Amino acid sequence: MALQSKDLLGIQSLSEGELRVILDTAANFATVAARPVKKVPALRGKTVANLFYEPSTRTRISFELAAKRLSADFINITAATSSAATGETLTDTAKTVEAMQVDFLVVRHSMAGAAHQLARQVQCSVINAGDGPHEHPTQTLVDLFTIWEHKKRFEGLRVAILGDHPRSPVTISNIYGLKKMGAEVTLVGPSTLIPPGIDQFGVGVATRVEDGIAGADVILLSRVEITDANRLQIPSLREYSRFYCLTPRRLALAAEDALVLHSGSMNRGVEISPEVADYAFPLMVEQVTNGIAARMAVLYLLAGERE
Amino acid sequence: MKLKPEDEVQEMLSVVDTAHAITRIASEIIEENAVADELALVGIHTGGVPLAGRLAAALEQLGEKPAGAGTVDITLYRDDLSQIGPAPVVRSTDIAFDVAGMTVVLVDDVIFTGRTVRAAIDNLMDLGRPRRIELAVLIDRGGRELPIQPDFVGKRTEVARDRIIEVVYGEEGDRVITYPSRAGRR
Repeated sequence: MALQSKDLLGIQSLSEGELRVILDTAANFATVAARPVKKVPALRGKTVANLFYEPSTRTRISFELAAKRLSADFINITAATSSAATGETLTDTAKTVEAMQVDFLVVRHSMAGAAHQLARQVQCSVINAGDGPHEHPTQTLVDLFTIWEHKKRFEGLRVAILGDHPRSPVTISNIYGLKKMGAEVTLVGPSTLIPPGIDQFGVGVATRVEDGIAGADVILLSRVEITDANRLQIPSLREYSRFYCLTPRRLALAAEDALVLHSGSMNRGVEISPEVADYAFPLMVEQVTNGIAARMAVLYLLAGERE
Repeated sequence: MKLKPEDEVQEMLSVVDTAHAITRIASEIIEENAVADELALVGIHTGGVPLAGRLAAALEQLGEKPAGAGTVDITLYRDDLSQIGPAPVVRSTDIAFDVAGMTVVLVDDVIFTGRTVRAAIDNLMDLGRPRRIELAVLIDRGGRELPIQPDFVGKRTEVARDRIIEVVYGEEGDRVITYPSRAGRR
């Protein structure tokens, strides 16, 4: 009843059984936050280091609080204020940090595979906190946890995912996670934002939002904005909004009790209309609370010795 | 339950003896604690949880209803988390009443080293400040490694360290058995 690997690099390498163990454990950790003393001594004497090469507020703070509520010591290293700014390689920085008897390295990096590469180089546990467009396993665990809390099932659940898929940190992880749990997944967006070959993941594709949302039990949204990286794929936010914004009228096509989960920093009026945003906001806040519990579960389960 | 050859299983408390022991513990709890509306029974996962239920029923038969009931899971408070291999399953600590000012009777099936009870006390303290914490166990098997003693005991006994004592809860009554542990497990 534990995790096979010393690291959490992605959802791809987790079995359905492992996912369920993490979700069950997270449910019990969620109650810790409701107590007068929001702290348990489980990870006393362990040290968690955040090694973030990309800006992040929610994930960084969430890991920090998760570590502290487990009584672990915690340090924060951000690229801008560390020797990484001098051009030291990721591996060298990580090994230096590990030499300070750190037990967990939580890594956020823009390059896919950064955490995997590190995990082979260091003895301590590596947790991928987002490696560019590849995987962001803990965010998926939070999504799965919230879906479970509300729906109490995954089997046959119809999930539509909307967003800037090629750059979304969590689309791939969510596909792995939802598929493993038995849900049906449809990726929604203009064909320019549908990664080629995505059908090999066993997901459906809808280029009309109405088709993608129809009958959906869960709608997962992530922020859409124009960046240098995607300005050729999204002609304008106005156009994206016109065709893909989740409006009340479009939401009405989904199942009556559909869950709308936004991964954070809503761009109101672009991927989500203000009315739907107000409807989805309480859930987004709930996700933040659940995020700490899910990350506590991951830290706790990885801290155990492996057989 | 692991494989246990029939001839090595010994009965420690029969169904009748177990029922007597539970009733006796219940009446002692009442003698010791006059006010039932400040009394709470908290079972320690996993063995203490059904026993706490049995004790609550016995208390009710004696005309006293404890004001609170709950369970504690000591996993996160263990002192050997870094030594016991894979992270043990975390169960829920479910205490819906306010422990502040209460007399909490911790309930466990067997007391051995006392480390579980130490962890349970720490867990309770993080939930508030009880007026008093007491400890009720069905079997005290000796072997303490901490200065912790139960207030209410069903049966005191000395058994070899490598034997397991198990309370078997059943529809037609509960009983206590003992059998040798398999190699490697305490």
